[in-house]
Amino acid sequence: MTSATTAHSVVEPSATTRRFAGSLVILYAIITMIPLVWIMLTAFKSPDDAISYPPKVMFKPSLEGFCNLFTTRSRQTPEFIRSLGPPQGMCDEIARSRNMVVAGPSNYVPRFINSLIIAFGSTVLAVALGTLSAYGFSRFRVPLKDDLLFFILSTRMMPPIAVAIPIYLMYRTVGLSDTRLGMILLYTSVNVSLAVWLLKGFIDEIPREYEEAAMIDGYTRFQAFVKVVLPQATTGIAATAIFCLIFAWNEYAFAVLLTSGNAQTAPPFIPIIIGEGGQDWPAVAAGTTLFLVPIVVFTVLLRKHLLRGITFGAVRK
Amino acid sequence: MAEVEIVSVSKAFGRTQALSDLSLTIGNGEFVALLGPTGAGKTTALRLIAGLEQPDKGSIRIDGRDVTGDAPADRDVAFVFQQYSLYPHLTVFENMAFALRAPTRRVPEADIRAKVQEIARLLHIETKLDNKATQLSGGQMQRVAIGRALVRSPSIYLMDEPLSSLDAKLRGELRLELKRIQVDLGATILYVTHDQTEAMTMASRIGVIEGGRLMQIGTPREIYENPVNAHVAARLGQPAINLLPAALFGGAPAGAETIGARTEHLTIARGADGDVSATVKRVEHLGDQSHLHLDVGGRPVVTLADPEAGFGAGDVVSLRLNKPLFFDARGWRVAA
Ligand SMILES: Nc1ncnc2c1ncn2[C@@H]1O[C@H](COP(=O)(O)OP(=O)(O)OP(=O)(O)O)[C@@H](O)[C@H]1O
Ligand SMILES: [Mg+2]
Repeated sequence: MTSATTAHSVVEPSATTRRFAGSLVILYAIITMIPLVWIMLTAFKSPDDAISYPPKVMFKPSLEGFCNLFTTRSRQTPEFIRSLGPPQGMCDEIARSRNMVVAGPSNYVPRFINSLIIAFGSTVLAVALGTLSAYGFSRFRVPLKDDLLFFILSTRMMPPIAVAIPIYLMYRTVGLSDTRLGMILLYTSVNVSLAVWLLKGFIDEIPREYEEAAMIDGYTRFQAFVKVVLPQATTGIAATAIFCLIFAWNEYAFAVLLTSGNAQTAPPFIPIIIGEGGQDWPAVAAGTTLFLVPIVVFTVLLRKHLLRGITFGAVRK
Repeated sequence: MAEVEIVSVSKAFGRTQALSDLSLTIGNGEFVALLGPTGAGKTTALRLIAGLEQPDKGSIRIDGRDVTGDAPADRDVAFVFQQYSLYPHLTVFENMAFALRAPTRRVPEADIRAKVQEIARLLHIETKLDNKATQLSGGQMQRVAIGRALVRSPSIYLMDEPLSSLDAKLRGELRLELKRIQVDLGATILYVTHDQTEAMTMASRIGVIEGGRLMQIGTPREIYENPVNAHVAARLGQPAINLLPAALFGGAPAGAETIGARTEHLTIARGADGDVSATVKRVEHLGDQSHLHLDVGGRPVVTLADPEAGFGAGDVVSLRLNKPLFFDARGWRVAA
């Protein structure tokens, strides 16, 4: 006779399995977190500590990296610096200790703002277009539906570099090179294919009876879409938005090729921050650390939808 | 409320002929039930009236107006769906108010509130109005689904097996309530079901549909006592009618191939002085009555018996036929 105490549920993992799985997840998390932690530590090191060998784990924290990230400085003679009044704030003081004065703000803030505008703008556009097309593909009899869907997905299969040159030439002709609008359109067109595919799956799962009931009750199809379909697709929309945002936020290859000044985003700007005699690593690390913040905030805000969204509806209530 | 006419409507989905040449008139204030097995085309009929599908042939008139080409919103019908009837992201109140809040309707919010509360009281869900639609029992959900339709006063209520997901007891209760409400409101209802009890008890007329064709339409009594063919006869009656070869019994009229014998057409007696003799195979005790499973010349026959009669497996009994129904070789009724 099997006793009830030794019998275990088929669906619930046992305590040992759970502990083992838990340790694996934690180990993996540690491995992936190390580079991030190292970057954050580097952001608070002085330039000498940053490049010292063997690498320093214990060091005296300094905000010089952040100062160098936000300012440009010029070298002056000690006599000139002494002739100036008292230092204007902490960054000026750090600069003067290295025989420099703050000359003005750096380009980090405008580049960061470009990144925000381009990434969020293209995400909003891609998700909006993606939701509408996914709804169309899900609900209507579209001629050549399967071929069209495959074509849409196939645009994702090319490496960016394969299309970068033609796009560069086209953008130059129509005056979109180095403009935010150009980058928004470009990222939208890359992301919209992903958005259509992800969202079609989510919308397919919403029973059509919901809209049909609304249409019988006196709503137009569009009103039914807004009142009934959208609220039930929020999980899918949130997950799709995060995927699109992460792509647009991190995108490097197109940004390097197509932007140089006005519309340059943060990714091509951060690695080339130059300090005294080469790369200014603390400033690069500080720029990277701050660059992570918006994605983290956005993900935390939408995390409620994410678990369900990223498992593509597999986790159900 | 209004009269609804369906005039020789046909509808095919690819190679499936879901409905063939369906004609049906639902009078003002009438409760018509469409009864048929799964896949018969019942839901399709409702969807055509609502405008969710376009007929291949035929037309639909509401209150004398041809609405065949009209959008669902312009037809003034209310629909209770077979499943997925409530919006999970809305509360019970919002679900019930949904139709009244349609932008084209412009009902003042105070009137909406009053109407929803009135209907909620009618359906005994007035204490649940603030619940999320997902925080209800099955019976409550079904009441809300019906309430969603009842807040409106459309030309016709189309109900697609609204009680099918409930247990027998709740179904019995809601059946009575729904009938009472229909009478109180004087509502016109086309009610789809595969449950003969629902059709018999609620409908003023029953349409029996099978394989996309309307076999017969009439009052429950007509359908039960005078079925046009063996299909219709088999739809009604508990236990189901016994269809036996006419040759087994004497006295069938010319052309009759099959005899249809319901419980009330069969008299059972012990001994062997009836029309034919039979053997008892099994007795199912249901409490107040028993189902008697008989073997008549190798054919199974099920009939009702008084539990007091004390029949047991192996008993030999005799059967006497008492004005049964006769059907020809293709299942159509032959006059006795
Ligand atoms: N959208 C559709 N596409 C293809 N075939 C369909 C569609 N809707 C219905 N059918 C077919 O039409 C026939 C009638 O379907 P319908 O839904 O009207 O049956 P029903 O009588 O409501 O059955 P049930 O009691 O199971 O709900 C079935 O054979 C069904 O497979
Ligand atoms: Mg159906």
